[in-house]
Order: sequence, then C-alpha cells, then structure tokens
Amino acid sequence: MVNHLQAGLSVPLQNISCTTGGTTAQQPISGAKLRRIVIEQSKRAGVGHIGSSLSVADIIACLYGGIMKIATPDDPDRDRFVLSKGHAALALYAAFHLRGWISAEELNTFCGDGSRLGVHPEHLLPGVDFCTGSLGQGLSFGIGAAFAGRFQNSARRSFVLLSDAECNEGSVWEAIMFAAHHKLANLVAILDLNGQQAFGYTKDVINLAPMAQRWQSFGWDVHTVDGHNLEQISAVVNSLDTKNGAPHVLIAHTTFGKGVSFMESQIKWHYSPLNDSEYKQAMHELEGQA
Amino acid sequence: MRNAFASELTTIAGQNKDVVLLSGDIGNKLFDKFKEAAPKRFFNCGVAEANMISAAAGMAMCGLRPVAYTITPFITSRCYEQIKIDLCYHNVPVVVVGVGAGLSYASLGATHQSCEDIAILRVLPHMTVICPGDAHEVRSALREALKIDGPVYIRLGKKGEPLVHPCQPEFKVGRGIVVKEGSDVCILSTGNMLPTAVECGEELTRRQISTRVVSLHTVKPLDEQLLAEAFSSYSLVVTLEEHSLAGGLGGSIAEWQSDRIGLKARLLRFGTADAYLHESGNQKYVRQHFGLTSDSIVARIAETLSEQAGR
Repeated sequence: MVNHLQAGLSVPLQNISCTTGGTTAQQPISGAKLRRIVIEQSKRAGVGHIGSSLSVADIIACLYGGIMKIATPDDPDRDRFVLSKGHAALALYAAFHLRGWISAEELNTFCGDGSRLGVHPEHLLPGVDFCTGSLGQGLSFGIGAAFAGRFQNSARRSFVLLSDAECNEGSVWEAIMFAAHHKLANLVAILDLNGQQAFGYTKDVINLAPMAQRWQSFGWDVHTVDGHNLEQISAVVNSLDTKNGAPHVLIAHTTFGKGVSFMESQIKWHYSPLNDSEYKQAMHELEGQA
Repeated sequence: MRNAFASELTTIAGQNKDVVLLSGDIGNKLFDKFKEAAPKRFFNCGVAEANMISAAAGMAMCGLRPVAYTITPFITSRCYEQIKIDLCYHNVPVVVVGVGAGLSYASLGATHQSCEDIAILRVLPHMTVICPGDAHEVRSALREALKIDGPVYIRLGKKGEPLVHPCQPEFKVGRGIVVKEGSDVCILSTGNMLPTAVECGEELTRRQISTRVVSLHTVKPLDEQLLAEAFSSYSLVVTLEEHSLAGGLGGSIAEWQSDRIGLKARLLRFGTADAYLHESGNQKYVRQHFGLTSDSIVARIAETLSEQAGR
C-alpha cells in the first residue's frame, strides 16, 4: 500500500464487495480521481462548493479507500461516517461511485431534478449515514453512533469530517465537551483545517487558532496531519486506540481548492461555479496528476 | 405527571434494553430508580440540548430507543433545528419529552413558560405530538410513543396534577378519550387542562347544559373520526389548552374545520393570548390572566350558546 501511496496517492481497495443495485464495478480511489469527478460534475451541474470538495478529496479518498471498514453500505457493523461539512458532498458521491455504490449514470444526475445526489447528502442514498448541510450537528451524530456501538459491544467506529469554520457553531463545542467527558474512544473526528469560510479567511472572521490546543484542552487525543498525505492520515488512524481512552481528532492541514492552481486558497471558489475556460484549465491541471 | 413518567420509564427500561434516557441536567432525584435499574443507560447531557438531540438521533439510527427529557422550552425551541433535521427529516424513533409545558412553571417567568411548543412541533413532518391529560395518560403515552417508528413529542405538566381517570384508560395515539358524555356542547381538552375541562363539564351540566368532555391527548395526528362526529352532532365544540391560540390544538382543529363544508358546530377556542406576561405569578394566577379558569370558560360557553340560541 505504501508504494501506491507514494506513487500517486492511490489506495487499493481491500476485498470490498457491494450489494447495492444499479451500480458499477469498484475502482481504486485516489484524491486525483475524486477531484476530476468533482470538477466534471460541478461544471455539468453548474454549481459551486468546488473548493471545499477539493479540500477534503484526499481525506475522503483515504477513508473510503480502506481506512473505514464498510463492506457494504447497509452492513449494520460498518464504521459510520458523518460528512459534517455536507457542502462537500460531491467528493463523497465521487467516492461512492468509485466504490461501485452509484453508477456513472446516477452520478450524472448530480443536482438534477429528482436526483438522489443533491448539493448536501441525503440519507436515503445508500452509503449516507446521516443527512448534513446544517453545520454544527455532525459531531453529535457521531457521538450517538459511537455510544450505540459501545452499548452494542460493536468494534465499529464513528468517523466525522468537520470543517474548521464549522467550529464557529457553539453546538460543536457542546459535542467536544460531551465526547471527552464520556471517553468515546471509538469516535474519530477529522478537522479540515483549510483556514477559509464562505466569505473570508477564518483568521479574519472568527479566529480559531490554535485549533489543536483547543481540542487538546477539552480532553481529546489530538494528532496534527497533512490532510493531503494519505499515508500519514492512514498511519495515524491505524495507530489509534479506539477501544479505550479519549476521543480522537486529526487536525488535517489542507489547502482549499487543492489541485487546481487558480482555486487554491481563493475565497471565490466557495460558491462560484466554473466557466468553460476555467473548466478546461482545471481539467488540464488534474489530468497531469496521478 | 413527571413522577409517573419517571416511574413508567424505569419499568419500560427493564423490559426494553434499547431504551436510553438522556436528561438535560434536570430531574434531580427523579431518575434515581432508573439510574439504579439501568446505570449505563442514563446520561445527564448537561446544559447542552443541541448536542443531546443530535446524539439521540445518532443513537436511534444505530438501533437504540432514546428518550430525551428536559424543561419544555429548552428541548423544543432552543434545539428546534436539531429536532427538525436530525429527528424529523431522518424520521428516527426518538421520544422528546418536555416537562413544565405551558404555564406549569409560570412562576419562573417567560424563559420557562412554553405556549408555542405544540405549534412549532406539529408542523414538522413525521412528528407525533401527544399532550397527556393526567398521570395515567402519561404512562400510556410513553408506552405507545416507544412503539412508534419515528419521532414523538410528549408534553408534560409538572407534578401533583389531579388524576382524572379512575384507572389506566384505553389509550391509542390519535384517538381521543371520552371522559364524560353529553349532548349540547363538546369540550376537547389537551394536556394539563383536562381537570379544568372536567370541572367545566360538571358546572355546565349543573346549569342544564349537557356537556361531553374529551381528552384529545394527541394533537398530531388529529382524531378525525371524533372531530367529524363532534362537528356534526353538537352546535358548539370547545377547545381547551395551556398553549397559544395560534397553532395549538384549537388552531389545528380550525385548520381541519376550514377544509370541510357543511359542518354544524361552531368552534370556540380557549388558550393563551398572543402576548407575554411581564409579571411574576404562579400557574393559577397566569391562567386567570389568560381566562383559563373554569369560571371564565363556563361563562363564555354559556354566553356563546345564548348567542347561538338567539340567532
């Protein structure tokens, strides 16, 4: 696996099978593949939230490429996942497609009338454990799922991917306090620290620094990682004690709009859709990435 | 009501190992027996209701049956979005229990009063809204709520309310319970107004006005069969609730009524006005302020019947 990672951020699948109807064959997942799908689909649908999806593409590739144990989307003992920053749903759909859970035809319905693939994830879509879109609720979902796992003596874990600006919401801190108090070791939060929010840089809107120290002071087991380094993310998650001790958080340093030069760290790309020339340039850059 | 709730929940938890109780730092001593019986299934979630509701949703989606409990405004309006999205949109079986609803905790002021909770919760798809009329109904409501595969709101008063039913009545969600039969007026009461409704029924009967009294404990879904019968058989249907006239039981029935033609009965609603009370006062005092005593209710019913007779 390490060679694959070093060669091109591609994680081979681990004996994954799929029972969901109307799906295609599974494919290896990589951040670059997810990014190309994000660009293609956001252009086709004419929608934004592109930079946020590109920011988490590597983290999602890592989770769905092998870190999370999800034999099938309906396996009761699967690890649970909450995309608390629901506006990055397109990156999730791209992963579902590569896992073989949704077909290319369905992927092409993204944001269309009657589609199951909306801007924010809908739980009736197999693979989506929780609907999100309203920021500040996902970590508490994860707490509930982690508690249920503990009650049911299940080894399954609860993963939650949050945005940094989401930590503006007070409810996130309610959840942070509660999870630490109850030592929810089977809860793994990953914080997408890209330093941006819809209309500004987080340091200018509500300064969140020092993020790692804040979580640590609330009693979490904190790990700082490069959110675009799958090998590092995998190594940290695989080293976690998810049976005993504090809940875990990976403070993942990321670049908003990662992989497309003119989008990186630019506020515009929170909402803005692509025009034709921007699309061509973005795809040209991504084609060059493994 | 709250003692009956705690007692019944403790019994149910002994029978159903999936039932967990989440409390928002309320109910000191009330849940001691529950904690003894199921120590790992009681969580004081602290003063953090948003997290409590979302966590309950996560638990329910993984197979548990959470019951979340705290003072009414804090478990309804404070975390309304969590109820809307996490419970109702996902349609998960979480029982939300508000204690001290309406004017039960009137003396604590506007922060602890709740005269809008029925209105805001009944508009949410999938939500069932139950307002038990006495402690017997509380026990039944809780048992029935835990059989529903979706979110349920149970609206409780406080403790020490008079028992209306002599024993455990037959209780079905969405079906009113006839407490007293009568032929001239039909009083539909929800929640803790039931003892007052019975008092009104007795007084009206003494005045030769034959009065039917119904505990319409479920505001959503409405008992449409009972309503159709009441509005075709009586000349006057009265609603009683410790809740705003806007959006509560009376408002809900007015909506139902407006969608139908040829109904015989007039609807007369009793509830709280579209106003806050910027004064201190106990439940009795505030009920008087809003005209929710049996004397004022009986007087208005008699006056309305006279008006109808004189037309």
